[in-house]
Amino acid sequence: MCLAVPGRVLSVEDRDGTRMATVDFGGVVKEVCLEYLPDLRVGEYAIVHVGFALQRLDEESARRTLELFENLGMLQEEFGDPWEQAVQAGDSDGLGREVQR
Amino acid sequence: MSDTTARPDPLSWTCPAPVRDRPRVVMGHGGGGAMSAELIEQVVLPGLGGPVRAALTDSAVVELGGARLAFSTDSFVVRPLFFPGGSIGDLAVNGTVNDLAMSGARAAFLSCGLILEEGVELDTVSRVAEALGAAARAAGVRVVTGDTKVVESGHGDGVYINTSGIGLIPAGVDLRPERVTPGDVVMVSGAIGVHGVAIMSERENLRFETGIESDCAALGGLVDAMLSVTPDLHVLRDPTRGGLAASLNEIAAASGCGVVVRERSVPVPQPVAGACAMLGLDPMYVANEGKLVAFVPREHADAVLAAMRAHPLGREAAVIGEAVTDHPGMVVARTGLGGTRVVDMPMGEQLPRIC
Amino acid sequence: MKYIDEFQDPDLAARLLDDIRATVTRPWALMEVCGGQTHSIIRHGIDQLLPDEVELIHGPGCPVCVTPLEVIDKALEIASRPEVIFCSFGDMLRVPGTGRDLFQVRAEGGDVRVVYSPLDALRLAEENPDREVVFFGIGFETTAPPNAMTVHQARRRGIRNFSLLVSHVRVPPAIEAIMQSPDCRVQGFLAAGHVCSVMGTAEYPALAERFRVPIVVTGFEPLDVLEGVRRTVRQLERGEHTVENAYPRAVPPEGNPAARAMLDDVFEVADRAWRGIGVIPDSGWRLSPRYRDHDAEHRFQVGDITTLEPAECRSGEVLQGLLKPHECEAFGTTCTPRTPLGATMVSSEGACAAYYLYRRLDLPDRPGSRPPGATAPAPTATDAPAVTVPSREDSSVV
Repeated sequence: MCLAVPGRVLSVEDRDGTRMATVDFGGVVKEVCLEYLPDLRVGEYAIVHVGFALQRLDEESARRTLELFENLGMLQEEFGDPWEQAVQAGDSDGLGREVQR
Repeated sequence: MSDTTARPDPLSWTCPAPVRDRPRVVMGHGGGGAMSAELIEQVVLPGLGGPVRAALTDSAVVELGGARLAFSTDSFVVRPLFFPGGSIGDLAVNGTVNDLAMSGARAAFLSCGLILEEGVELDTVSRVAEALGAAARAAGVRVVTGDTKVVESGHGDGVYINTSGIGLIPAGVDLRPERVTPGDVVMVSGAIGVHGVAIMSERENLRFETGIESDCAALGGLVDAMLSVTPDLHVLRDPTRGGLAASLNEIAAASGCGVVVRERSVPVPQPVAGACAMLGLDPMYVANEGKLVAFVPREHADAVLAAMRAHPLGREAAVIGEAVTDHPGMVVARTGLGGTRVVDMPMGEQLPRIC
Repeated sequence: MKYIDEFQDPDLAARLLDDIRATVTRPWALMEVCGGQTHSIIRHGIDQLLPDEVELIHGPGCPVCVTPLEVIDKALEIASRPEVIFCSFGDMLRVPGTGRDLFQVRAEGGDVRVVYSPLDALRLAEENPDREVVFFGIGFETTAPPNAMTVHQARRRGIRNFSLLVSHVRVPPAIEAIMQSPDCRVQGFLAAGHVCSVMGTAEYPALAERFRVPIVVTGFEPLDVLEGVRRTVRQLERGEHTVENAYPRAVPPEGNPAARAMLDDVFEVADRAWRGIGVIPDSGWRLSPRYRDHDAEHRFQVGDITTLEPAECRSGEVLQGLLKPHECEAFGTTCTPRTPLGATMVSSEGACAAYYLYRRLDLPDRPGSRPPGATAPAPTATDAPAVTVPSREDSSVV
């Protein structure tokens, strides 16, 4: 169900009435259907599964996740749990998407 | 059908077993993995009669008139015929030259059998022949005998080639997996997976663009450079079909040693990693055509590695692991995280996965 | 690759492991639902690095494995027809129907092709107007939208010789079925991240509440899996059972509304048989009547093919974590990776195959992974625990 990889959009075009993009996966370039993410722009990353971009990759969220991993342990000892702080700071739905630090 | 009425019971979950007893040849029998081995062991060898051990290896060592010769044959059925970085003509020469080189022999003579499909353009045949000739000159081998047959349209894939070759094995050189001992250092001559990804990028229905070209090359010169350090290398293999995983498993099985590979040390170029991530493949199982894996006694490892790196075809050579006493016959990878996984013999055809 | 390599970082993995070790106080059984996560766990050796208290049960989220025999038999029947070009994702070719598989059909002259994307199959239909092109539409919520879009495009562009053999399945009903099993041992779920990239997270709070089980939406790289485990364990230790999203970079709470709208247009929710388990109500999709012209089952009149599932092995109990693989009487005797009885032994990611291989490795940190009576060789350097997790004091932050 799940082999989907992040790729960066190189170009976008309409072909036969279908929104298509060329996407770079670490040096491999493949045609990808953008119909489910029509607003995706050149330079953005998408999660691609069997030739379809299914979700925009939120680069800011990725950065924050890594930052939280880096602060694991240290923050917890000194300042309490970073995720809980994040939730308190503005993740209203508790699902981590809107985490702010 | 009971399914439609029975209460769903997750505890009765059964999963499908693959078909094992096949009445016909399937593509997996040519994959260079366990299915290929079974076909040869269970169907071909009984027909040949008697133990023809060499039929299982890429190249045989035979003695004739006091000389030790390596003798090898290989057939080439690649599609497309021309791909980034080479063609079936390059493969047909280099494949056999490399099989001989893995016995330590410098290829001297080749035969070349062409099977052409009715309707293939003469220009195509001419280009294949030119590639063959150029590759032979580059490898320093002479094509001395040949044969050409034509099959009806639809009975071939344009051009098939078989080449056989012989070469002399220098005195003191004895390359066999049985010689591998615990402590041997495992090294590869460069980045893996390049040929396989270059071919896949041109396959109908997988098509993708990548800057990389096949690594197809004749390895005789590189092997000479390694043997000039010491004739006492233990075993060499060119990891073609089935990739590094198949070669290491063959060596582990034949030597009775275990093999440990440090995954992070295996050179995988970015586009190969990208293509493998996209298709769900493991670079360790992807084919190479211009790389070798060597098991070298520890005391010679540094010098052999230096010699490889000094050769144009070994510039990216790297130590990737060692032979060990543990888990005899098995190949185990130390993952980047520090865990372990078993690198099994590939079963049949490598297929893109979706999950 | 960007956004893959960073999430494989060994130092950060050690920190996550450190945190899990510090949190866990007693045994917990978690299920990773998705086959892709199982693959990642085995591929990176993650299960060996987790503390012994954390047990990962490999779930049924392998679409190839759960596609029912009956559908495979229909595929084999359709693929055998001379006018048909049968297209499939690669890993379906290995899965056997009754007595044969798609490889065999190809060997018998069937035109069976591996494609990367359903759009490749649609292109084949355009290029071969005198042939019937059928795509084998399997998969979970991640794969259903691409297949839905392809059928939609076929109808819009009037490509009549394209049809879909549908066997789509949905995750939430499977979780429900697992939790309703009387012997269920699962205490927490790592939900499949890419399923949620499409569907969002709205389906899960009700399940978490009803079964009082933590559900953590989890990604696929090693750090993602560890973070999913870390958050699930933390909830369990605290007696909580909420839905958390540990994969926010790819999962917004609303998922992908455009993809869900297309699913609603092209498919309708239907009961689906899962291989070996039987029919789970509302657990899948079939083509809606509007797309009947592109339904391969209708076009090729294979609706009357019915097949009984043989019960060959006890992998169901293994998948539930009720039976350790080596406790099965067939394990290592009639059932080995070379002669498997079930899919858990077929692929190197399967629980039984993993046990079989680890047993031979005699890993000291896997209690129970050695069969009774086997003698352990003296530990050697390479038998040592694979990674030394730095203690809290060591993991300083620069």
